[in-house]
Amino acid sequence: MATYSDPPAESFKLSQLINDTRYRSYTFQVIALIGILLLVGYLISNLINNLQAAGLNISYQFLGEPAGYDINQRLIEYDSQSTHFTAAIVGVLNTLLVAVLGCAMATVIGVVVGVLRLSRNWLIRTLMSVYVEIFRNVPVLIWILIIMAVFTAVLPQPRDFRGANATASMVGDMFAFTGRGFYAPMPYFETGFAQGAVGWAVVLVVLLGSWLAARAVGRWAARNQEATGLRPTTWHITAGLWLVPLAVVLYVQGLAWEYPALKGFNFQGGIFARASLIALWFALSIYTAAFIAENVRAGILAISKGQTEAAASLGLRPNRIMNLVILPQALRVIIPPLISQYLNLTKNSSLAIAVGYMDITGTLGGITLNQTGRAIECVLLLMLFYLTISLAISAVMNVYNNAVKLKER
Amino acid sequence: MSKSDLSFVRTEMLPEQAPPVTEQGVVKWLRENLFAGPINTVMTLISLVVIYKILVGITPWLANGVWTTSSLAECREVLQGQTGGCFSVLTERWNQLLFGFKYPVEEYWRPTLAFVLLMVAITPVLFQELPRLFVAAAAVIATVVLVELLAGAAGLAVPTVVVGGLGYWVLARFGAAQGWGSMAVSRKLLLVTGLFPFVGYWLIWGGTVLAPLVALVGVLAGYMAFRRFEAASFAMGFLAALVAALVVWYLGGFVTAAAQDALALPEVPSRDMGGFMLNMMLGTVCVSLSLPIGIVLALGRQSDMPIIKWICVVFIEFIRGVPLITLLFVANVVLAYFLPPGTNFDLILRVIIMITMFSSAYIAEVIRGGLAALPAGQYEAADSLGLDYAQSMRLIILPQALKISIPGIVNVAVGLFKDTTLVSVISMFDLVGMIRGPILASTEWNGVYWELWGFAVVLFFVVCYGISQYSQWLERQLQRDHR
Amino acid sequence: MKKTVFLGALTVAGLAAGAAAAATLDDVKARGKLNCGVTTGLVGFAAPDANGNWDGFDVGLCRAIAAAVLGDAAAVEFVPTTGKTRFTALASGEIDVLARNTTWTFSRDVDLKFDFLGVNYYDGQGFMVPKSLGVSSAKELDGATVCIQTGTTTELNLADFFRANNIKYEPVPIETNAEAQPLYLEGACDVYTTDASGLAATRAAFENPQDHVVLPEIISKEPLGPLVRHGDNDWGDIVRWTLNALIAAEELGVTSANIDEMAGGTNNPEINRLLGTEGTLGEMLGLDKDWAMRAIKSVGNYGELFERNIGENTPIGLSRGLNAQWTNGGLLYSPPFR
Repeated sequence: MATYSDPPAESFKLSQLINDTRYRSYTFQVIALIGILLLVGYLISNLINNLQAAGLNISYQFLGEPAGYDINQRLIEYDSQSTHFTAAIVGVLNTLLVAVLGCAMATVIGVVVGVLRLSRNWLIRTLMSVYVEIFRNVPVLIWILIIMAVFTAVLPQPRDFRGANATASMVGDMFAFTGRGFYAPMPYFETGFAQGAVGWAVVLVVLLGSWLAARAVGRWAARNQEATGLRPTTWHITAGLWLVPLAVVLYVQGLAWEYPALKGFNFQGGIFARASLIALWFALSIYTAAFIAENVRAGILAISKGQTEAAASLGLRPNRIMNLVILPQALRVIIPPLISQYLNLTKNSSLAIAVGYMDITGTLGGITLNQTGRAIECVLLLMLFYLTISLAISAVMNVYNNAVKLKER
Repeated sequence: MSKSDLSFVRTEMLPEQAPPVTEQGVVKWLRENLFAGPINTVMTLISLVVIYKILVGITPWLANGVWTTSSLAECREVLQGQTGGCFSVLTERWNQLLFGFKYPVEEYWRPTLAFVLLMVAITPVLFQELPRLFVAAAAVIATVVLVELLAGAAGLAVPTVVVGGLGYWVLARFGAAQGWGSMAVSRKLLLVTGLFPFVGYWLIWGGTVLAPLVALVGVLAGYMAFRRFEAASFAMGFLAALVAALVVWYLGGFVTAAAQDALALPEVPSRDMGGFMLNMMLGTVCVSLSLPIGIVLALGRQSDMPIIKWICVVFIEFIRGVPLITLLFVANVVLAYFLPPGTNFDLILRVIIMITMFSSAYIAEVIRGGLAALPAGQYEAADSLGLDYAQSMRLIILPQALKISIPGIVNVAVGLFKDTTLVSVISMFDLVGMIRGPILASTEWNGVYWELWGFAVVLFFVVCYGISQYSQWLERQLQRDHR
Repeated sequence: MKKTVFLGALTVAGLAAGAAAAATLDDVKARGKLNCGVTTGLVGFAAPDANGNWDGFDVGLCRAIAAAVLGDAAAVEFVPTTGKTRFTALASGEIDVLARNTTWTFSRDVDLKFDFLGVNYYDGQGFMVPKSLGVSSAKELDGATVCIQTGTTTELNLADFFRANNIKYEPVPIETNAEAQPLYLEGACDVYTTDASGLAATRAAFENPQDHVVLPEIISKEPLGPLVRHGDNDWGDIVRWTLNALIAAEELGVTSANIDEMAGGTNNPEINRLLGTEGTLGEMLGLDKDWAMRAIKSVGNYGELFERNIGENTPIGLSRGLNAQWTNGGLLYSPPFR
């Protein structure tokens, strides 16, 4: 019998790099890595060459220099002597403002339309389908510009409110809908200690307290129901818990309203929502809502009819079926696409530039870029901002997905 | 008395009575669909009021529309204070809206013809079979357009394409429902599909026919080299194809340089493209370019080679994390710094590069979904047959994964097509750019908003709704296959 | 050209970066076309007509340069640029010269590394308001809504002016002149501010120009002129002296009508040097001796260019003002051709 010793040590052949599956993946990865490094290196060397030839350099010093321009809508202190960095922050806040407002309104419209698309009413169903199809299939930029055109061409301008034979007038002397934006009365507190932010902080604390109390009442009712099978009527208690403290605190702090009035060139006073903000907000909302409506509809349809029937056979009433059985399950299907719609809306808010809304694209990527000529730096920062937002939203989505994942045992 | 007389059981039935009026016909339908319960009734009434208001607003605007004046002021004169649309802006400026303001008028037949060819070219990709009538109608429309083009009446051809296209779609929808006999789409049409990129390029940009011809020969040479070396390994074949194509293109460069005028159409620089044509071009070019890139990226992201995987992940997530507009800014103001000095890509080419990157990242994610949806058994079966990676992907995995992903890809394509309007923000004159810039700012048409925006809405809606209907139809087809 | 782009796209990754950029003059000659950056449309200065042909004051300068360098005033590719894209387009080599009413400022010249080659229009920022507002001075604009083009010096001047006078305003930023026009007309802003010449041009395009007034205040100096990339002095010289040739031609009485006659030789040595019948000025620039003659012949001298596009007999109706020859009390003063 021949005895087997160890197999002869294989000598490594170059061809194994291609033909041997053990090494091939390394070969490919090394080639890919080298290729990418070469490409990146090539682009960067081009950049350096080009910048040198033009005598420019990459520098972020401009962020610390005075911006020199004014911004109409600013949520923090800013004037033309503030730095470009402050201007960028103003832009960031404006982006976030329109994104949050847009997401809220899009969700409301989207859910309503999505549910109505499943209505038994043929007319409503059809109207909602028409709405969804029209808004989904036309670019959002066109919607933004159309709503802006409504402002410029249809709504009366402040000059139409002026003079003896004015063609437009305020609604109840409180609201003014003009081509430059909407004006509404602004609440403020008259009592000395509550002026400014303090008063609003107090209101917020009170509301928080009401919320906690209302939740406690709700839990008490649930405990009672489990023990006795009867749910005590609590709505009047809850309503009282919300309204009474609020009314008291508003009265004590001396709630008053500042009404907008036509003074000089424009309306003065009150809350002013600029046309650019509203155009962007409405357009983004109705456009995104069309997509959300489809997600909501799909989510509800995804719940099998058996669930409804099973719940009905347990004796639940229709609205309880919706709240306790259908929605919790449908939400699991609805929320992930909903969050990616929020992400889309936030990214689409960069179209603000088309109507002159001063978001981050308008300040950092617009005027600052133009005035300083620092194109590379500005565009880089701009991308970094949006990337951060996207990654943050994706992270939230992952956390949520893990939390609601069907736990199969 | 016979027994039967005592029977308590009725021996003959009463004649059937008609159901109550409320339970039949229109009334029943109305009751169940519109007036079921008080809430429903209120909603119906509200909707009716809304519809009435909209109709009252729009009807006189459409009915009194003025089509023949040469400025808004003249429109107002004709209307004399009545409500009415000033649609003359469309008849006056239709060419600018569709082709931009610089594309030579006498060359309009070229993009129109390219559009018709595009329709022919994508048919075999999109449909397995078509109703006969549909095909016949398409042939008639194409012939009419060709005759009009040959007669030099591009102005007629454009409305023919638009109206014909609409009719075509309606016919297809109802024809299919009526089951008017289907015929298989000839696979031979795929030849047109293969040739279209080269013909389309030649038609739209012009210049000598040799340039696209050389490109085509290069592709063919690459394909033949691939077939020749494929047996050795996929990578080998791919490399050989690349080398062969590059050699042909390099040599062909001399030929084209030598014979600039061989069968040359007048050249149209890409700066002169505009209007809806630009949207169509960007959409078509970028989607078709991004498909292969998207497939590669998706495969890379699924790969078990960590470096390749991470390169793809970083690329995809980066692109998906930023808005398209920042990428367009890159194309507009930054990209030039990253190219070697002297390379002078024009704006449209830079925009195509960036939009292609953008859409390939999204398409990659859709295809990744398709890959993930395949049961693991498919991968294992391919492995157990002894297929290598390239073979198993090409023969087993991708055909199935792509089929699942088609609806998703079509949705990305619709989204991308809508996003091509963003180029107006970087001062390119696409449909939206034309409206906002040259037309609304001109003395004659300052203030004609609704007619122009309505036109834009209708154009985009027709195209996007058509495509998304196709996508839904396809989804239903695919679903049936699975059950 | 398409073919080179095509091949360039294919092999771009494989090519090493070329050495330093070739001289712009050689590029232009090799290309056979001048790439000239202009506005996206400002009637009188640079605007495409219904057939897509560009015309205007700035366009004339581009054509003059093309005539001088390439011998063909039509060999110009006009690249529309916005306030945002203009500087990158020039810095990256997409255009050879920027003639887009661009204000000559310190930071643009020094920090952005461009060379301004003279002034073809002395301008200043003004305000336009509807007559019905009854405003007669910019200082009465407290609380007004102002439309401004972003990315221009006007934006900064405006902020300075209102801050200096301690009055408030609401800025409405706008990308292009074309977008500003409907906003202003519909009353979305009370005031439109830009260079006075731009205001006149915009007003001229209105249906009822007489309903709008330009306020008397001019709040800034806006010397507008052509610019090129820093560092290519030979190319800069050509642009500078083409502009000077147009100005000098007016001063010396050379017009596109009499130039053929004068090119036969005159007894004014400077005219002779300008038109190349004496001396070798053209060769010094790297061009031939007829360069200035071609430029003047194709677009006329400065005065003709002005009168044809923006002068008092055009809808824009600008008077010469500061832009008269120094001999007539203006600021135009060409260095001698010697």
